Amino acid sequence: MIPNTKLSCRNVWKLYGANAQEFLSRNPAPSGDDIRQAGIIGAVRDARIDIAEGEIFIIMGLSGSGKSTLVRCLSRLIEPTGGQVLFDGVDLLTASEQELIEIRRHKMGMVFQHFALLPHLTVLQNVMFPLTVQAAPRAEAEAKAREVVELVGLKGREDYYPRELSGGQQQRVGIARSLVTEPDLWFLDEPFSALDPLIRREMQDEFMRLQARLHKTIVFITHDFEEAVRLADRIAIMKDGEIIQVATPEELVLNPATDYVAEFTRHIPRSKVLTVGGIMTPGTQAEGVPVPAAARVSEVAEQIIAADAPRPVCDANGRIVGSIGRTAVARVLFGAGEAA
Amino acid sequence: MKAHLTRQAPVAWGLVLATILLGWFGRDLAKALDARWLVKVPSSWDIPFNTYISAAMAWLMEEAAVGPVSFTDATRAIAWLIEQPYELALNLLARGFLFDPGPEPQVLLPAASWIAVTAAVIALGHYCRSWGLAALVGACFAYLAVFGQWDSAMVTLASVVIAVPIGAGGGLLAGIWAYRHPLGERILSPILDLMQTIPIFAYLVPILFMFGFGPVSALVATIIYATPPMIRITIMALKAVDPEILDFGRMAGTTRRQLMWRVLVPSASQSLMVGVNQVIMLTLNMVIIASMIGAGGLGFDVLAALRRLDIGAGFEAGIAIVVLAIAVDRLSQAFAERMGQVRHTAPGSWAARNKRTVLVLCLLAATWVLGRFSPLLLDYPQSQTITTGAFWNDTVKYLNVNYFDAFEAVKVFFLQWFLLPIKKTLLGIPWPWAIAMLTLLGWRAGGWKLAALCGAMSALIAVSGLWAKAMVTVYLCGASVILATLIGVPLGVLAALNRRAGIAINLLIDTLQTLPSFVYLIPVVMLFRVGDFTAMIAIVLYALAPAVRYAAHGVRSVSGELIEAGLVSGCTKWQLLRLVRLPMALPEILLGINQTIMLALSMLVITALVGTRDLGQEVYIALTKADTGRGLVAGLAIAFIAIIADRLVNAGARGARIRFGLES
Repeated sequence: MIPNTKLSCRNVWKLYGANAQEFLSRNPAPSGDDIRQAGIIGAVRDARIDIAEGEIFIIMGLSGSGKSTLVRCLSRLIEPTGGQVLFDGVDLLTASEQELIEIRRHKMGMVFQHFALLPHLTVLQNVMFPLTVQAAPRAEAEAKAREVVELVGLKGREDYYPRELSGGQQQRVGIARSLVTEPDLWFLDEPFSALDPLIRREMQDEFMRLQARLHKTIVFITHDFEEAVRLADRIAIMKDGEIIQVATPEELVLNPATDYVAEFTRHIPRSKVLTVGGIMTPGTQAEGVPVPAAARVSEVAEQIIAADAPRPVCDANGRIVGSIGRTAVARVLFGAGEAA
Repeated sequence: MKAHLTRQAPVAWGLVLATILLGWFGRDLAKALDARWLVKVPSSWDIPFNTYISAAMAWLMEEAAVGPVSFTDATRAIAWLIEQPYELALNLLARGFLFDPGPEPQVLLPAASWIAVTAAVIALGHYCRSWGLAALVGACFAYLAVFGQWDSAMVTLASVVIAVPIGAGGGLLAGIWAYRHPLGERILSPILDLMQTIPIFAYLVPILFMFGFGPVSALVATIIYATPPMIRITIMALKAVDPEILDFGRMAGTTRRQLMWRVLVPSASQSLMVGVNQVIMLTLNMVIIASMIGAGGLGFDVLAALRRLDIGAGFEAGIAIVVLAIAVDRLSQAFAERMGQVRHTAPGSWAARNKRTVLVLCLLAATWVLGRFSPLLLDYPQSQTITTGAFWNDTVKYLNVNYFDAFEAVKVFFLQWFLLPIKKTLLGIPWPWAIAMLTLLGWRAGGWKLAALCGAMSALIAVSGLWAKAMVTVYLCGASVILATLIGVPLGVLAALNRRAGIAINLLIDTLQTLPSFVYLIPVVMLFRVGDFTAMIAIVLYALAPAVRYAAHGVRSVSGELIEAGLVSGCTKWQLLRLVRLPMALPEILLGINQTIMLALSMLVITALVGTRDLGQEVYIALTKADTGRGLVAGLAIAFIAIIADRLVNAGARGARIRFGLES
């Protein structure tokens, strides 16, 4: 079954410069050269994405690639110069101010790179803030806020002020605040980039734990390809305002669309991206305890190498779909294509 | 570029020399050529701006109306709105609540007792920071009581209590408007620029005309004077809010109003409090000037003392203003700091959480009740006040008796060798030549736009019939600025290079800046009597601060690498200063001089009290005669001089920065 498309962005352009609007209406599909010659900056160029319900969709790019602009176009924090953004089939770009406020109040949440906590409010008041502006009943809002504060592991810190917390804790508050309205669509704009590496890892695990419980539709921005590979269902890679490839992490590693994409994938340990299913030999002849096809190679490498014979591979329903032996695993771990 | 410069230098020096010679011999030349129009603009060329403005004012007051609402109704409504809270504050702090305010008023409830008010500020000091601050503000208020300044101080405090919220609130709203609408900023920003250069006196006259003599006029003038920095700071603070916070606010689904009042304003609150502090300080700056159009209190005491040349009384009231200013300033700063700090609300009932408030309210009630039996609890006993007036009078008398010759010698020396030659030269420069030179200077410094501005503004001064007075203004201001620069810049450099000297100089400058401008005048008048020299000293003292501060900052912020480069090249200390530090600090120093010029011009009108003959005097006379046209024209002439000087110096500073690659 193909899941529903939650958010769909069609031919979205964001151009900066004098008369950008007029320029785009004159030439609906300008090339990079056209844009440059007109003295206009193309922050987002012809973005097309479909994001499925419950998917973790990651937009990856280096600074200046337009990823932050794109996510702000998707939430209409920035007015795109042209295109359509369909959220549950409704075009956000034609929504009125009032409709937009309603959508944001109930259906969207956003987490920010530098947390964007209000300094004059306590943790609990910060988390309650989105409910407060909706004029929700106070007791109800407070109960709800306490619940999400507990969910992100900050129970006991409700009355702290943001500056009394560490960076990781502050971002937990940011996450709690974005979840308090139970949004369908969850934007995370480089949520862990401002944290130091150990905390970042911990927060990524925390994020996966939350998602396993909540099943939100997620648009996640990062400049860290490793983070993208670790968390994503699908990744869109952006460069100079353009999306150059949208694919699963495995496809990106196996079939990079351009040299630019290949450059990113080169330094990623392939065993952490490739799945058993991707490198197995199809067939049903192997014997022994099966390994799941969806497992990452790194997770099962040790037992396959330790085994004397190839192991069977099973799909999600437990059906044997192929086999995998030492050679295939060794090729992934040490073989050609790994960082040379 | 180099060749270009060397070719131009002789021409520039030639022009300067020609101007000086023309100035020195201008009168003789005009006489020899029988062309008096060279040094005096023919009166037939005058455009009677002042009559036009007076007529316009008269029309405004008598006939202007929008529908059934006449302009006078509007001013009356504003006056009424301001008067209500002011009356309340005045009654509470100074006058007491009266029943049937007839010839024999019955006191319904006396003004708050000095004990209760002092206790309130002590509690506030403790709430805002610590017992240390509480002790300081308590001592300040106790001083006011002990030195017999209490009643006047409370009248002044009442006007501060009213002017500050209106100024800060109005400034906040105007700033928000400008932040939200680009059009608002485009409208406000030139007005703010003009307000910064126009002297206060220029708008005292129209305010006097519209609101009449009295505390309301004084409050209106104070508010107009104190609000602009709040507007500027509000715009800046809102723009400086982290864009992520703004994005968050929008993503949370806030309405425009919620976004402003629940997200942006609280996030910017600390910067906004800096603006409030500015409003408070400017309000206190206005205290004396406002008393010219009807404010009572300490300002009136100073002004009255100055008019009777009673140095002791004037000095005491002046010091009382300073003491009040220190207390209010420290309190507001501590309050701002506190707003930025974390504070956890303690559990318990309202009374348990607000012990200080409860205590102060109890004290207030107790003194009211017990005050019926013991007036000591209400008013500090007159017999116990200390006065230093006699001491100051005696000191000045002693100095005058014993050192009269020395003071006189200093004064004559400066007049003869410094002031009078400058005056003669400036007054002698043929006005067409002066306008041409200013235009040329504008063109050299900032292109044709600046040239047009300089030319047009100086020509306007010429045809307004105020050329001679304007030249006296330039002379007085110029001489003071030269002196202030000669004293201030070396002090600033010293402060930057030597830490201990820096502390001492900073203290001096801080003190000079907190003293209200009139206070300088009193001792100087007593020692040197009225005249240009006295005015000059007062202006120099008042305008010294920015020259020192900017020079110190400029020298301090020269990059460490450049200093090291100088050191490894083998510079001596002196060479390092002359070749590296001073040239790099030049743009900052120029900006400091610019500020000094602005302060000097704003002090001019105040020095009119000691009998100068410049535009300031013109404004002052217009004020006493309530002649709107005359006051506004003279005020605008001062503003024009200020604008020309400001733009020229700024262009010069920018040029220097571009040459050093600090700005492109």
